[in-house]
Amino acid sequence: MRYLKVLLLLLALFSMAGCATAPQRGTGDFGVVIERATGSIQVVETTNRTLLGQITGLGDLSHASLNYSRDARYAYVFGRDGGLTKVDMLEMRIVKRVMQSGNSIGGAISQDGKLIAAANYTPGGVKFFDAETLDLVAEIPAIDETGKSSKVIGLVDVPGNRFAFSLFEAGEIWVADMRTPSRPALTKFRRIGKEPYDAMITADGRYYLAGLFGEDGLALLDMWNIDAGVKRVLDGYGKGEQKLPVYKMPHLEGWAATGSELLVPAVGRHEVLVIDQGKWAEVGRIPVHGQPVFVVARPDNRQVWVNFAFPHNDTIQVIDVPSRTIVKTLKPGKAVMHMEFTPRGEHIWVSARDEDRVGIYDAETFERIGELPASKPSGIFFTHRAHRTGL
Amino acid sequence: MSNNPLRFFLTGAVLLMLAHSGMSWGDLVVAEATMPAPARQAELLNLARQDCGSCHGLRFEGGLGVPLTPAALKEKPFEALRATILYGRNGTTMPPWNPFLTEAEAGWLVQMLLKGLP
Repeated sequence: MRYLKVLLLLLALFSMAGCATAPQRGTGDFGVVIERATGSIQVVETTNRTLLGQITGLGDLSHASLNYSRDARYAYVFGRDGGLTKVDMLEMRIVKRVMQSGNSIGGAISQDGKLIAAANYTPGGVKFFDAETLDLVAEIPAIDETGKSSKVIGLVDVPGNRFAFSLFEAGEIWVADMRTPSRPALTKFRRIGKEPYDAMITADGRYYLAGLFGEDGLALLDMWNIDAGVKRVLDGYGKGEQKLPVYKMPHLEGWAATGSELLVPAVGRHEVLVIDQGKWAEVGRIPVHGQPVFVVARPDNRQVWVNFAFPHNDTIQVIDVPSRTIVKTLKPGKAVMHMEFTPRGEHIWVSARDEDRVGIYDAETFERIGELPASKPSGIFFTHRAHRTGL
Repeated sequence: MSNNPLRFFLTGAVLLMLAHSGMSWGDLVVAEATMPAPARQAELLNLARQDCGSCHGLRFEGGLGVPLTPAALKEKPFEALRATILYGRNGTTMPPWNPFLTEAEAGWLVQMLLKGLP
């Protein structure tokens, strides 16, 4: 009889264990590494710096990016081929996948976490999906006043359940108010400059800035004073000088806003520009090793890490912000694609595409403290992005 | 000349190779003239797939740059395609790649693109 009780107890225990499909675990130290060539992602954790699992079948992941759900359990991955995939990082599986366009560049999640927005090249426009089901909720074709379609770039969320994005060919910035998701209310700003190629919003959600490829300058929209319209800043920063050929477009998402100053990559120049955020004027230039791609501030804003376009893409430089000098040059390997700081900035993870690995560095001493193998890794995204406007 | 047994044998071998590979004489002549060394081929293919792919998509179905699939390119003249790679296209985001590629290498890449990259 006693044996029977023990047996039953054991049985009950086993069956309970069998029910738990997802491990009971927080996701605050989770991250995703994009494996661009194989259409797979790695789910990693930054506490012990290990691979937790790999998920395949996500399509063409060149230029892939992602957003996290507000509970940081799900990743919404945007593929180049127009695929939008919702991944459960605890159960390590694809929850849902939709082909939402022919060609996509990235996305954003709404302030309330209920809408996923995808920026598309073909056909150009923005599509909005229910974050739970990935059902299509609304669609904004990027057709300008002449009836031409544009590629959409620089899509970010804006406080007030709004989104901002730019039209590459048309040279426009649009703001979509999505408080009633089925009826987007649009505000359009025309003739903001030639060929906006990427944009960002400051962490407080106030300033939307689009970089212009067709001319040296930036287009600025103040979300606190949207009626004032788009203002041009840094007009003609390379005036009279021949721009170098650009082998990789800079990315503005990582633009380092260090409080009073903004450090941005100069298009076609071996320089990082320093902008005073009060006057919106250039206050300095820092000569660097190549054309900057990502300019990323360490969370304490003391230092900024910069990687470079082909053919200088084997190098990272670290800028000391107060003195505007380079304090370290690193050679992490061939084709450095992306850098991501851990949430409080003690480490930084660096993807080296042509080395098939992710290197992990101490952000204080620059010492290499580890690495993880990955197949042609590009973007690295940690889950603290779940709680940041514009990421 | 035609009675040189070695030459006869080589011609036969090449014809046999062509028959089995599905290549034409034209392919072979161009290939002989412009084929980069194997290690360089691997580098060039990686460059095309990854660095061209940054703008044109890993599957060359387009992005900021136009599609580069065999179907998208087949109407375009070979010379124009090679010149685009080498010298870029003014007024667009396409940069010149001639600092990194010889004319022959650019030509070989065009051929690979027209066939569909392995």
